[in-house]
Amino acid sequence: MLTCREITELVTDYLEGNLGLADRLRFQLHLGMCRHCRAYLRQLRATIAAMKKLSQPAPDEAMPTDVQAELLKRFRNWKS
Amino acid sequence: MADLPTAPDGPVSAPASSAAERALVARLLAGDEAAFVELVGRHHAPLRRLARVFVSSDASAEELVQETWVAVLDGLRGFEARASLKTWIFRILVNRAKTRREREARTTPLSALAPDAGAGDDDSGPAVDPARFDERGRWTAPPQHGSPEQALLDGETRARLAEAVAALPERQRALVVLRDIDGLTAEEACNVLGLSESNQRVLLHRARSRLRAELEQWMKR
Repeated sequence: MLTCREITELVTDYLEGNLGLADRLRFQLHLGMCRHCRAYLRQLRATIAAMKKLSQPAPDEAMPTDVQAELLKRFRNWKS
Repeated sequence: MADLPTAPDGPVSAPASSAAERALVARLLAGDEAAFVELVGRHHAPLRRLARVFVSSDASAEELVQETWVAVLDGLRGFEARASLKTWIFRILVNRAKTRREREARTTPLSALAPDAGAGDDDSGPAVDPARFDERGRWTAPPQHGSPEQALLDGETRARLAEAVAALPERQRALVVLRDIDGLTAEEACNVLGLSESNQRVLLHRARSRLRAELEQWMKR
């Protein structure tokens, strides 16, 4: 039987699909019985989901137009 | 200052290119400007995020990305079309960051580099404070059962998360930026950062555990 502490160390491998069948079942068995570890997993998933949202660029992250123009000029030189 | 990851020189299990990428490369080599604009538009923001991990200002990050694009143009004709264009571009950035750092190290007094050499790159240690478990490994201070999913959507928490990412040790930060923010696969991230698969697993685990802990602290307040 896995302990809660072990669950917190295996959780990334679980989410990444790196656990073998036996370990995955032991992991899920523990989760089924432990609401604290379910909460832990939920928080970790929420964290990962929130990370994904950080990819939405802020307005100041767009490439400056002069830089874009310069790059395009270089591309034209490159192809000729 | 922690060591930058060493990007491998050869195609170490390089991720394969997708059909869409191969089509894009063909258009680029044919001199299609729209293809180049598309490529830059797609990767510029992720490259900047990765660059920001390795340099200390937004301006230097922008510069590093521009250098990268110039290097991409220089190398494009020799690009091996079976490899992934995306990881090739990202690796160019990592290599240039490394070169830049070596150059800066030569012109920086040694005393400025010595104190934090390797500091903070804490890749071992428990995911959760051991004091929160009893001697049999059961929670004594369990995570709260609120609804973090809702709380995580607000802008303040978002800013807090970005701060927590910025505070991670360099290799962990580079990895979560690639994996969790910009959606690269484990294989792609290993290739870009020159990490072994097992190293990638450990670093990702450490980084995600730490970010969760930071947000838990934040939400308790």
